[in-house]
Amino acid sequence: MDQILVNLQLLAQFPVVNIKIILDGIMIGALFALAAYGLALVWGVMNVKNLAQGDFVIAGGYVAWYLAGLGLHPLLGVPVAFVLLWVIGWVCYKLVISRVIERDLFTSLLATFGLAIMLAQIMNLLFGSDTQSVDLDMDTLYFFDGFVDIPIAKLIGVLMAAALATGVILFMKNSRMGQAIRATAQDARAARVLGIDTEKVYAFTFSLNAAICGAAGAIIVMVWVIQPFYGITHSVRAFVIVTAAGLGNLPGVIAAGLGIGALEQYGAMIFGIGYQQAIAVMLLLLVLVFRLVQQRRKRQVLQ
Amino acid sequence: MNKTLLHAVLLALIVVAPFAFPDFRTQLATLWLMIIVALTWDMTGGQMGYNSLGNIFFYGTGMYVAAVVCIAMAHNVAEYTDASGGGIFKFTDAQYFGGLIIGVIAAGLFCSITAFIIGYVTFGLRGPYFAIGTLGVAIAAGELVSNWDWVGGGQGIALPVYPYDLDQGKLFFYALFAITGIGLFAFLSWFYQTRFGAAINAIRDDEEKAEAMGIHTLRYKLTTWSIAAFFVGVAGGISAFQLIHFEPLETAYQTINLGIFMVVCVLLGGKGTLWGPVIGAIMFHVFKEVTWNYFLGWQWVALGALIVVTVVYFQDGVMGYLQYRYPAWFGITVEQDKPAESSK
Repeated sequence: MDQILVNLQLLAQFPVVNIKIILDGIMIGALFALAAYGLALVWGVMNVKNLAQGDFVIAGGYVAWYLAGLGLHPLLGVPVAFVLLWVIGWVCYKLVISRVIERDLFTSLLATFGLAIMLAQIMNLLFGSDTQSVDLDMDTLYFFDGFVDIPIAKLIGVLMAAALATGVILFMKNSRMGQAIRATAQDARAARVLGIDTEKVYAFTFSLNAAICGAAGAIIVMVWVIQPFYGITHSVRAFVIVTAAGLGNLPGVIAAGLGIGALEQYGAMIFGIGYQQAIAVMLLLLVLVFRLVQQRRKRQVLQ
Repeated sequence: MNKTLLHAVLLALIVVAPFAFPDFRTQLATLWLMIIVALTWDMTGGQMGYNSLGNIFFYGTGMYVAAVVCIAMAHNVAEYTDASGGGIFKFTDAQYFGGLIIGVIAAGLFCSITAFIIGYVTFGLRGPYFAIGTLGVAIAAGELVSNWDWVGGGQGIALPVYPYDLDQGKLFFYALFAITGIGLFAFLSWFYQTRFGAAINAIRDDEEKAEAMGIHTLRYKLTTWSIAAFFVGVAGGISAFQLIHFEPLETAYQTINLGIFMVVCVLLGGKGTLWGPVIGAIMFHVFKEVTWNYFLGWQWVALGALIVVTVVYFQDGVMGYLQYRYPAWFGITVEQDKPAESSK
């Protein structure tokens, strides 16, 4: 309790600290937004809530970490993770997801939870349970007499995340596959009638989702730490972001991602670093309750 | 008559089992734990149609409440957890057993009340949002407790050891679990036949219509969940004393272990049936122990695969399959020109 007061005092005395926290939050939030973006896609297109989302992120991180261990440049890990996770996502789709699309939502939730356990344990067996990270070995920029520091590695991470997000958005807008995905999301039956192979669209969407997550993970390993069992908090975070943004609101996902990144940093600053994981979950509960209240109000208005 | 005989044989088996397999007493106690949590999950998930992923919250909370109550009756909790040891602080027999009984009952009651409060907020959430919301509650609780120094933080709590012979202790905890389990089963077999049971089935089938028929759905949902939480809390309380030492993330709020296992047990055995969770729990526990013994290292992968296969291909479970194949056994009459609807 005293520590919290001290932290709050620190925040009030040095306003520049706020800038640092917000910047940190945006840098990490950009990566959360990527994973959430994939979730929003899968959720919107095939109505599957993927709880293995975070494990794809961690898997991507391990790909980059493994490559760095081999002596390759860590940035190379991003495209490699993208491609490898594409394949893993496709396999997961064929084995599990394709069979739960038409079923009720709890089924997809549980099946992907089983998938998440399997993925986490396979990573645990392959790479061990220690936390890992990759050092990009780059300088740090200082502002405001050293109060605000931006490691160049983090900056590169944000830029790559932004590039990836832009690429995906452009792809969805302009390519034929992107159009097919959007059509399927709007009305799968109508899309089928018009000759779109929805099965193919589903497989593509899920693989793309896994690949985006993988690339995000490969960036996360450069600015943060990964561990085989951290997947679940990434999944929960993605849920918070998508639920907060509202389904079908893809720009909102990015905004919510940045916001939650900043909120988490504030929480960690005020309550201590140990609470950081809990904050994402508490936010989820708050968001759910908030939506509930909103729903009730809407129903009352209708009545 | 036939049924009475069956029940008598089962009861005899339950009594004989720990003596026939003395090496497996802890295993059998764990099996009872699985049966209890599966049965309680089925109350809301199977019979009422509200799939919770967060029932493990009551298990962990029950553990902590029971432990804290037992310690607080004899010592200062903060000093006890600071020294982190049941070995350093001494408990007399009266303190141990008194603490155990009061702690376990307090755990059940506390969980019941918490369930009422959580349910009041979350029962507006439908379908998967309810599952995610309750999962969130469980994960958040685990994270918060592991940062709470008064109850031992991430280190967990070490409770005093059973004061007499260790083998006798195993038997004692087996008996506690078995009595709770039998009590729960007897209660449920009565409960599902009452008007109350019919009402929660109506909520599962169509909540709007049930509401329109004059069932106060929120009241029924809250009561059912509170009862389920009471039994999970009691089971958690007993577990705390059986395990002696436990910590928040891996043992108490083990969201991805027991929290998911109980759901899989129910799906494996058959959702919405009285015997389904029991059969499922036995099958699952045996499968788990076999993989633990023979596929060490890959046991989790095997369990994950079992979850996926059960959920994707076998969601009606053993009881659902039997009801579909042999409807006459369950007193279900099937019209010849229409196929049975019980299993898809």
